[in-house]
Amino acid sequence: MAVKKFVVGIFTDEEVLFPAIKKVRSAGYKIHDVYTPMPIHGMDHALGLRETSLHTAGFIYGITGTTTALSGIGWVFNSDWPVNIGGKSHFDLPAWIPITFELTVLFSAVGMVLTFCYLCQLAPFVRKHHFNLRSTDDQFTMVIEMTDKSNEEEIKAFLQSVGATGINTQVAEAGWWLGRYDKEKTPFEHKGATLA
Amino acid sequence: MAAPLRYESQTRTPLVVGEKDYHQVTEDIVRPIEAAPSRLWWIGFLISVACLLFGVWSVTEQVIYGVGQWNLHRTIGWGWDITNFVWWVGIGHAGTLISAILLLFRQGWRTGVNRAAEAMTIFAVMCAGQFPIWHMGRVWLCFFIMPYPNTRGPLWPNFNSPLLWDVFAISTYFTVSLLFWYSGLIPDIATVRDRAKVKWRKLMYGVLSFGWTGSTKHWQRHEALSLVLAGLSTPLVLSVHTIVSFDFATSVIPGWHTTIFPPYFVAGAIFSGFAMVQTLLLVSRKVLKLEEYITMEHIEVMNKVIVLTGSIVGVAYITELFISWYGQNKFEGWAFAQNRVNIFSPYGWAYYLMMGCNVLSPQIFWFRKMRRNLTVTFFMSVIVNIGMWFERFVIIVTSIYRDYLPSSWATYYAPSIWEIGFYVGTFGLFFTCYFLFSKFFPVIAIAEIKHILKKSGESYKDKMDKQETMPVEDFEHKYAHAH
Repeated sequence: MAVKKFVVGIFTDEEVLFPAIKKVRSAGYKIHDVYTPMPIHGMDHALGLRETSLHTAGFIYGITGTTTALSGIGWVFNSDWPVNIGGKSHFDLPAWIPITFELTVLFSAVGMVLTFCYLCQLAPFVRKHHFNLRSTDDQFTMVIEMTDKSNEEEIKAFLQSVGATGINTQVAEAGWWLGRYDKEKTPFEHKGATLA
Repeated sequence: MAAPLRYESQTRTPLVVGEKDYHQVTEDIVRPIEAAPSRLWWIGFLISVACLLFGVWSVTEQVIYGVGQWNLHRTIGWGWDITNFVWWVGIGHAGTLISAILLLFRQGWRTGVNRAAEAMTIFAVMCAGQFPIWHMGRVWLCFFIMPYPNTRGPLWPNFNSPLLWDVFAISTYFTVSLLFWYSGLIPDIATVRDRAKVKWRKLMYGVLSFGWTGSTKHWQRHEALSLVLAGLSTPLVLSVHTIVSFDFATSVIPGWHTTIFPPYFVAGAIFSGFAMVQTLLLVSRKVLKLEEYITMEHIEVMNKVIVLTGSIVGVAYITELFISWYGQNKFEGWAFAQNRVNIFSPYGWAYYLMMGCNVLSPQIFWFRKMRRNLTVTFFMSVIVNIGMWFERFVIIVTSIYRDYLPSSWATYYAPSIWEIGFYVGTFGLFFTCYFLFSKFFPVIAIAEIKHILKKSGESYKDKMDKQETMPVEDFEHKYAHAH
């Protein structure tokens, strides 16, 4: 929950943005994030982000669903209340498949969506700082984090040279109570976050 | 313009026509949401609410005075109630197919129609779910069907019964569709939020957008989520209607007990679902002025799906007829020959209506001119839905009104006013929800359209065209020089 200072560069064209990211990273500046109105193929690799393990989590939740269904139904029909239904088998796997399949899908889907919301810190009434309101419309926003050693003017000039059409500086608390475990002090003034 | 980030062949028709850039896409799709409701919207909305209220009244009559308010009697235990249930569930399947299956098949055209189609799915499944709930005799005990530790033994539901599989299937289908639709909506609601000027709009869309910022890491996870949900929803489309078909196929009733039902029902579901999508979209695109996003290409492709699935349904009908003779099961043979094919029997007319609407009429879509004709498409979509309703009616009623024991053969079954009212009420529920959805949420997936704009948009294709057709010297001069 540290309040930090950021230099924000606004781009209007992806074809300028990609080389710009490369140059900014080579120059050694720390890119806090890039905000885009839609998913851009290759952007996560350009920023050096690791692959998400959301699908692995989904698989684990699904297996939990399968196990719950099979063990639940198995226990009911074999241990708790075995009923003689026309002499049919007590372990009737083909008949259990529809419910098992449905629970697998249900657990996987619900689990994945909740995990997604947790990881991205998405929930109703969450307050986050938005660096550029047009980054959900038609602009691409690159946000560079400033450290004690960085020179604001230098970063601004650099962004200008790589093709940013708009540049400004913002002070914000980026991240919500779940996210950033920094115990840093807050060296800059805090203006208050906008409503999510 | 240098090489685009992704390239699509120039022979493909543009999916977004007109001079569009990202901002224009946002403008076009969000503008109807920001405008006050028009008179047309109010008229449609109030009629839908009126139908819904009539439905609520019908259901109240039936709950207070009993299921006897409906005209079901020996041996016709299922009539309009289950016909309507299967009809609505079938309609819901197209939305998930468009969102999920077409995502896995990388079909870019789904982006113009998937949001509205997925919303249609959710509302259709809500309507479908009404029927199994209210058709219970003691609906205040409906929670008995859930497997939970109870003081009645504990008494468990029968996990071997398709009726219980239905409960799990429909609940799962509703939940997963809702999650898929909403998780796709979050970025688009954020777009509406960031444009909002009025305080209540900022609050409402702010809360509903969950704080979405457009961060690249979040988009990465969002794409992974969409892909896995699509992968989960695809077998769900196939399994849910298969499980619904098992309600009939696992019984012993002639005309019901047949292994062709799962693929027959699934194809029929997609068939009727796409027809309903056409009905909704043809009106939506005109009223919301979104013809440049839901183009003739989209309409034509969906008509192709309609003629395909209609033909599959036709093949299924013919297979059923053939097997009823070839199988030499006298009861099944009778059910088809006397209760269905015999046009002079009490419901023979329904069978021929079904055949005409489902098998013959969609064949018109073999002709390109008809596929691209909006009036023909609209009327066809209504005819197909009527035909599919009759299919379910024919399957259910013609098999059970005269089954094994002639002394039990029932007299003519016609719906009571409360059955009709219940059905009308579900239309009211469906359209009320759809009117609210189209007024408050973007009807087209904004972020997805932007995602395909630079490769499938008309203005970008024109630029690529110029680049591809320019003489070699000009190309060299423009791109080969180091500037």
